[in-house]
Amino acid sequence: MTTQSVLDKQSIVVLSLLAAVAVLVPVLNGLAVPGSALHLSDHLVPLLGKYICFALLALSVDLIWGYCGILSLGHGAFFALGGYAMGMYLMRQIGPRGVYAHPVLPDFMVFLNWKDLPWFWYGFDVFPFAMLMVLLVPGILAFIFGWLAFRSRVTGVYLSIITQAMTYALMLAFFRNNMGFGGNNGLTDFKDILGFPLQSASTRRVLFVLSVAALGAGYLLCRWLVGSKFGKVLVAVRDAESRTRFLGYRVEHYKLAVFTISAMLAGVAGALYVPQVGIINPSEFAPANSIELVIWVAVGGRGTLAGAILGALVVNAGKTWFTGALPEFWLFALGGLFIFVTLFTPRGILGAGQGLWERAKQMLGSKPSRSSFSGGGVVP
Amino acid sequence: MSAPVTPTLLYLDDITVSFDGFRALNSLSLAIDHAEMRAIIGPNGAGKTTMMDVITGKTRPDQGTALFEGSHDLTVLDEAAIAELGIGRKFQTPTVFEMHSVEDNLLLAIKDKRGPFLTLFSRRTTLERERIEVLLERIRLTAHRYRKAGELSHGQKQWLEIGMLLAQEPKLLLIDEPAAGMTDQETADTAELLRDIAKTKAVVVVEHDMTFVRDLNVKVTCLHDGSVLAEGSLDAVSANERVVEVYLGR
Amino acid sequence: MPSLRIVLQVFVLLIGMTASTKAGPYEEALPKFAADSYADTETALSAIANSGHARALTVVEALRDGRLLLGAGQVYLKEVSGTLIDVATGQAANPTGNLKPIRVNNRVRRATEAALGSLTLLSADPATRLNAARAVFRSRDVAALSALERAIAQESDVHVRDALEGARAAIILSKPDALISDKKAAIEILEARGDQQALALLTTLPSDAPPELVKAAGDAAEGIQTRLAFWNALQNVWYGISLGSVLLLAAIGLAITFGTMGVINMAHGEMVMIGAYTTFVVQETIRGYAPGLFDASLFIALPLAFLAAGTVGIMIERGVIRFLYGRPLETLLATWGLSLILQQGVRTIFGPTNREVGTPAWMSGALEVSGLSLTYNRIAIVIFAFSVFAVLLLVMRYTSLGLYVRAVTQNRRMAASMGIRTNRIDALAFGLGSGVAGIAGVALSQIDNVSPNLGQGYIIDSFMVVVFGGVGNLWGTLVGAMTLGAANKMLEPYAGAVLGKIVILIAIILFIQRRPRGLFALKGRAVEA
Repeated sequence: MTTQSVLDKQSIVVLSLLAAVAVLVPVLNGLAVPGSALHLSDHLVPLLGKYICFALLALSVDLIWGYCGILSLGHGAFFALGGYAMGMYLMRQIGPRGVYAHPVLPDFMVFLNWKDLPWFWYGFDVFPFAMLMVLLVPGILAFIFGWLAFRSRVTGVYLSIITQAMTYALMLAFFRNNMGFGGNNGLTDFKDILGFPLQSASTRRVLFVLSVAALGAGYLLCRWLVGSKFGKVLVAVRDAESRTRFLGYRVEHYKLAVFTISAMLAGVAGALYVPQVGIINPSEFAPANSIELVIWVAVGGRGTLAGAILGALVVNAGKTWFTGALPEFWLFALGGLFIFVTLFTPRGILGAGQGLWERAKQMLGSKPSRSSFSGGGVVP
Repeated sequence: MSAPVTPTLLYLDDITVSFDGFRALNSLSLAIDHAEMRAIIGPNGAGKTTMMDVITGKTRPDQGTALFEGSHDLTVLDEAAIAELGIGRKFQTPTVFEMHSVEDNLLLAIKDKRGPFLTLFSRRTTLERERIEVLLERIRLTAHRYRKAGELSHGQKQWLEIGMLLAQEPKLLLIDEPAAGMTDQETADTAELLRDIAKTKAVVVVEHDMTFVRDLNVKVTCLHDGSVLAEGSLDAVSANERVVEVYLGR
Repeated sequence: MPSLRIVLQVFVLLIGMTASTKAGPYEEALPKFAADSYADTETALSAIANSGHARALTVVEALRDGRLLLGAGQVYLKEVSGTLIDVATGQAANPTGNLKPIRVNNRVRRATEAALGSLTLLSADPATRLNAARAVFRSRDVAALSALERAIAQESDVHVRDALEGARAAIILSKPDALISDKKAAIEILEARGDQQALALLTTLPSDAPPELVKAAGDAAEGIQTRLAFWNALQNVWYGISLGSVLLLAAIGLAITFGTMGVINMAHGEMVMIGAYTTFVVQETIRGYAPGLFDASLFIALPLAFLAAGTVGIMIERGVIRFLYGRPLETLLATWGLSLILQQGVRTIFGPTNREVGTPAWMSGALEVSGLSLTYNRIAIVIFAFSVFAVLLLVMRYTSLGLYVRAVTQNRRMAASMGIRTNRIDALAFGLGSGVAGIAGVALSQIDNVSPNLGQGYIIDSFMVVVFGGVGNLWGTLVGAMTLGAANKMLEPYAGAVLGKIVILIAIILFIQRRPRGLFALKGRAVEA
């Protein structure tokens, strides 16, 4: 492929914007004089960081839904698992500074009268190990789940329903105290990460920049995947699965590969999310969360990657505004959004914009070019 | 049956498939030779599509033997493995990747390694590029190479799909109603294309259009109720009492 | 040994007669209270309880309630109405000076309970006698034995008699000086009784009991355990059927919309919720305007809930879903949006908290069958679920609507060209599915909290049932619901409710891999296309 090494226009725009955000937010927060119009207050930095993590999560969903037609209603589970892996590291970092001042055991275990650290908590005090788990735990779960589901050709809504069952089962499991993940309350009261206090503004700025970098890297990874022949096969699977099969492609292997990669991306998003919001609890597994994040992608425009990022940012900013200003109406607005997008703008904001742009170009008489979006877009 | 010196390319024997008690195929037997073209006719529900499903691994028969090149058991392989063996299939309704360009459709079909890791790092070779040029010429879509396949006309999609089949370099092509929805000129062109293909490869064509079948001028097999009713030249089959009764009508 | 029993009864009768002819123990016992020492109080209490005196019961009750008062060496009884009477004479009294209640400690309190048990054994009301028998069974007070014998002799109610004999057996078994043969007979009676309490008695024989007795008791206990296990299993089966019926109710509407129409309606749970809130509104109206109709409230709510949910369903189909046929994933998202709006709508109108939906009198209480306890509301739900299922089956099979729905499901274009108005059928079928969910809501309002989140709790379970049972087949839904219900309740005792549910979910996920189209899947080309 000739386009692989050269960035297309969309990627340049996305990466430039991300770079600008990565510079501006810390500068406006750290250097601008507090009280001035340019100053970004301290509580906004983790909030924006949270949006960025959601954007990465949306990206992971777009990769499988937009490009391979797999609608996962359980992607929140991979996000939460990545988050728990990070949470376990942060929990062990607390060390003896907990309420019960136990040298090893986190507070909730002391509270439950546990004597020893459960085996699955071993190693989480080591940062590289915890980061490995951030990738591996969601990845392995996705691999096993996908292997079972795709091999027996569970597709469409059936797949959606069982992914929902998966995250629901995990939610029930994590609510149990004796699972060893803090039950109801989850993991919280974190102190620091790699020795840097989580409450300090500078740590938060660094976490923000890291999140943006992860989003950029995730975007590039996805762009590379969908631009390769592999990506073309994914779109082929999405649009005509049995045709792809009869061409000799093992559709289940492709689905499994992309599902696993996507789950790992979601795990990274979760891991970056937890230190910025300061808590991870079982409600992150709630099926409703996973469905909500699908709508971010739909709003932005699925099958475009940039749309997923845009959608996540727009919907979450809207959510923050609504829940502050008109809390009663947030669910009306969200519900209405679901209906509006599916009925009227199935290609999302970006798709609609792209459609307008193409029509404008056609009116100006230019020939259809070799679009870098080949593979993007959605079959109605 | 003793094993022949050169095994038949496709050998079906005693194939039975039933869906909830309905026998779609009833002890069907059929043999296709190398570089043979065969036309399959028969009324709706005769089992034509189910037969294709069995050959391509989409449907598992309840009983019977299905061998390719005398040694590959088609009843245990999946679609992808069967495609890799060299059996290509065109669906009744043209099925191409609508969101991909014509060129990308061919690129995906071109014979190459099919694994996810290999496609991830694969780059288009000069050889492939040349092959795509040749194919585009052959299916008369060179001018449309950058268009999305979804924008093509019905006839063009049919041809693109045949082109994709050719790109796979199969030994056997299964083609389901290629002339459906085509103009007379397109139908005649398609018949010519298929005759041309059949010079080097085995082709099985399912078709209702008798003019088209006559154009092909090949051996005909008439299916009825899941088994072979008659086999021979078109004239011989058309003269068969039973065929006239169940299919052609008096 | 009937002869022995007769002898015993005659003996007891004789004692009873002598007791009543002497006509003195009651009066003799009274002054003992005056000492106000626990030991004396207890002696007095036991004497009074066994005196057979007419006022014995009132006195014991008064002692229990702290209404037996002491003033200047005399015992008075303060009636519930407040009037004081002299216990000795039974006349109203007006004593001067301080009155203080006779003190009781735990020991005395226990004795009081036992005494009350034996006193009420002879009550005219069978229910009181039954309760008394149970009280004696629990206290195993040897003092009550004579009263018990008397009660057994004159008992006519078989049920009460069984309870009385059980109580006597319990006393005899724990009475140190009873004959071994009597004790063995007692063990037999207890084994026949066969409940947890009898089991407890049989397994806690004093350590010095003779070996043959220990063995008999052990055998009897084993017998009881087997029987209890059996009833327990049966009870679990019932819980399973009961849960299965709830699942069936929740899922059956989905079986129509998802199963036969292929529409993923994530707002299905909210149709159930609408039904439940309809019940609430109906009951509120009845409470306000016609309280007498309360027992009929559910029957009034049923058609209204069907209409309410059905109308909303038709509106959803006409307004949203019909634009999305053939795009199941979009349908899923759009209907999820609808469910959010419906939830918030209900929250805005009725508030976020649980609303109180009452249970009609005929649905309260429980039916006791041997070792089984079947609550009436559960029985009603099981019957109701199966009725709804049967009606729906008939509707789909024998009405023209059912015929048209099946026709449209199988071949939309052919149906349309045969003159069936497919649009209308879609809307009606969707309305039917939603309406059924609505009436499910009426039933579920009886066992679940009526809150805006009511529907959310059922949506995953209902999808699991339909997917497990197989799409497009009502029988599959029935089998799916019952299997999941039973499996859930079978697992619960071992794994606990939450873990059991997790196990079931995982099992279903694995099951779908094996049979992607469910238990009762249709096969064939049409399905795969």
